[in-house]
Parts: sequence; structure tokens; C-alpha cells
Amino acid sequence: METTQSFFSGFTPYDLLFLGEAALRTLWISVLSISIGTVLGAIFGWILYEGRWIATLTIAPVLDIFRSVPLIIQLVLFYNFAPIVGLNLDPFASGLVILTIYTAALVANVARGGIEAVGLPMRRAARSLGMSYWQDLRHVVLPIGGRAVFPSWVGVALGVMKDSALVSVLGYVELLKASQILITRTQEPFLILTVAGAFYFALSYPLSRYASHLENRWAQ
Amino acid sequence: MISIRDLHKYFGSLHVLKGINLDVEKGEVLSVIGASGSGKSTLLYCINGLEPIQGGSVTVDGTDVHAKGTDINKLRTKLGMVFQQWNSFPHLTAQQNVELALKIVKKLPRDQAREIAFRQLRHVGLGDKLDVYPSALSGGQQQRLAIARALAMEPTYMLFDEATSALDPELVGEVLDTMRLLAEEGMTMICVTHEMGFARDVSDRVAYFHKGVMEEIGPPSQIFGNALSEHTRKFLANVR
Repeated sequence: METTQSFFSGFTPYDLLFLGEAALRTLWISVLSISIGTVLGAIFGWILYEGRWIATLTIAPVLDIFRSVPLIIQLVLFYNFAPIVGLNLDPFASGLVILTIYTAALVANVARGGIEAVGLPMRRAARSLGMSYWQDLRHVVLPIGGRAVFPSWVGVALGVMKDSALVSVLGYVELLKASQILITRTQEPFLILTVAGAFYFALSYPLSRYASHLENRWAQ
Repeated sequence: MISIRDLHKYFGSLHVLKGINLDVEKGEVLSVIGASGSGKSTLLYCINGLEPIQGGSVTVDGTDVHAKGTDINKLRTKLGMVFQQWNSFPHLTAQQNVELALKIVKKLPRDQAREIAFRQLRHVGLGDKLDVYPSALSGGQQQRLAIARALAMEPTYMLFDEATSALDPELVGEVLDTMRLLAEEGMTMICVTHEMGFARDVSDRVAYFHKGVMEEIGPPSQIFGNALSEHTRKFLANVR
């Protein structure tokens, strides 16, 4: 018995801190990839809407690939093949790149839907008041289309936040990886996965609450 | 003055406007009538450059609307337009709807934009709806909001594209009253309309469009009393 005790030790308050720290890493990589990915995705969505056949030949198929191939495959492929083309990225940077592109691919379609939701008559009304193309895009299409697809965007954001768990396969110690480490040491999977799940919930819940608060305000 | 010379417009292979010639003087109220698909709404879109043209020219106060170097955004502030679907911005209050273009197009300071918005909304009878969102307004009120929004830019001309067609019958009157008010104030107006009463009572001239051609134009007494064209007479006999 004494030898096993040296291998496994119980869950300690200090481990909670360890998980908390890992949750912050999950939050950090999620916030970064969702923010950058959303901006890129909005631009791609605009190109998809405006570019027609140019977009069909260029970014549309690329975005399709990133949307269709499982994220875990993208992560492993990118992490292992990037060094071949001279990119020496650590697990965090690799994860960030892939999560960002993945987010952008999902947001691109959401954004295109948002622009389509505004409709030509509304945009003509804006232009008839003397607004330039960009003023119409900024002051009419963005707020109206943005609100129309906001719930879809929240869905994408929450999904990416949870999918960031897959970056653990590269060895980045975010929430899931940290849980695995603790499980190996404590042999208490139920407890630790429950705590990790609670952390994920604590990260998602404020966003979905804030989102429904905004939707309620806009619904007036 | 708006001058239209030999205007041709195609949608693909469809020839929608077949050589329109028309002058509208300042202060004039012109009603454009005709069946659906006769090209009358398209004419308005060609006047403020929302639709490109394939032949001829449209000149507004000496500026060629479709010429390459024309600052179309600046020109459009002269040409207020009111649409069939009123297209009020749903995310803004009535007042903000009117203020938006004043702020970003005319670059007016906040309080000046606010004052103009208030004045124009009161003008169309919405002085008590400043902070109301369009979703809480009736169709007629939204259309009057659209009129106020266009008027706030201080246009020289107002283009009405079937402004009452999408309204419930009981709401048509309030919008027509607002348009009458504008006509009395001397606004230059081109009104594409199905409201024959409005066309007869308010306009200085009425133009009848038939299959992309301006079949006949003249004072209401001529069009409604003694039309020269067989097509015009037939159309009016059917709508009445």
C-alpha cells in the first residue's frame, strides 16, 4: 500500500487552483480565436456576399474545408506539418491559428446570412439618403444584419470555446488537459471532470446570459 | 430641373424603359401612373442613380446622374426618395432614423441634427413619437417617418415610389395628406402612384406609362377627362 500512495495522491485545494489557471488558458485561447476569427469571418462573409464568382473560386472552397474537416484532425495536421514549411509554432500558437481559421470559416457564413437578411430595399433606402457604400455597410447593414444573426454567432462562439478543449491533444495545458493530468494523479475522474465541467459552464454561462440580455433589449 | 433624354433601361434582355424624354420643373408635382411592370418605378430608380442606365441621360440641376465623375452621394441628398416598403431602420428610434444621415452624410453636429429631426417629425405629425422604435409604429406612421427622414436632408426634389401601395386601406389617407401638404408647400415631386384621386387633384401633370413607353403626358384634366391615347383611356376605365 505504501508504494501506491507515493504514485497517487488525493484532490487538494491546490489542484482547484491548477484547474482555475487552466480555465484561464481556455478562456484566453477562446477569446483570442473568437475575436480574431469573428473579424476575419465578417470580412470573408462580406467577400462571399459581394465577390460572387471570385469568392466561389477562391475562399469559398477553403472555408468549406475548414468547416468540414474535424477540428482535431486540423490541429494534429497543422501542428505536425507546420515545422516542415519552417513554421515553428508552440502548441498554443498552433491551436490559436487553427481555432481562429475554424471560427472564421463558421462566422463567414453567419456574416453572409446577416448581410442577406438586411435586403436590397433597406440598403437602397440608406443609399437614397446619400450614404456611401461604406456608410451603408457600417451604419445600416452591420447593426441590422448583426442583430439578425447574433444568436447564430453566439452559438458559434460557445461552440468554439468548448472545442478549444481539443487543443489539449497538442499538449497545451488548458482545462481538459489539466483535468487529464489530475485524473492520472488522483484517480478521481468523476470529481475532476465534474469540476472541469463546472468551469466550462462558468465560462459559457455569462456569455449566453449577456447574449439573451442583449436580445431582449433589441426586441423592444 | 430634372431632364431625362432618350432614357433606355434593360434588366438583362428585358427592355424596361424605351426612350423616355421628360422634363420636370422646380415646383411641379408630376404623377406617374400605369400598370405594374410599365417601368414607372424603374424611372425613379434611374433618376437617383440606384439603377444604372443603358442609354440616354438623366440630368439633375445640370449634373449628369450617370456620368463617371458625378458625386452620386452628394447628388442624392437633393433627391429625397420614399419607397413602397417604407424601410425604416428597425434598430433606431424615430428620431435617430431621421438623425442618422444628417450626422454621417451632412456631418451636422448632434444638437443641430436633433433639432431638424424634431422639426421634420412634427411636420409629418409624429412629434410625439420621437423615442418610439419603428416596430411600435403603424405602417402609415412608418411611411410618414420615411418621408420625414427624406425631408430632413432638405432635398430639392422628392420621389415617391408607390408610397401608399403597401399600406392598409385605412392608413392610406394619412400618408396622402402628408404628400398633399408637401405639394402645397411647393415641393417638386414625382409620384409613382396608383391613387388616381391624388393624381387628379394634386398633380400639375400626369404621365401615363405603358410597356416602357411614356404614352401620354398632360394636365390631369386631359388625362382623366379627354385622354389622347387609346391605351390611357383603357387603363383608366379599368382602374376606376
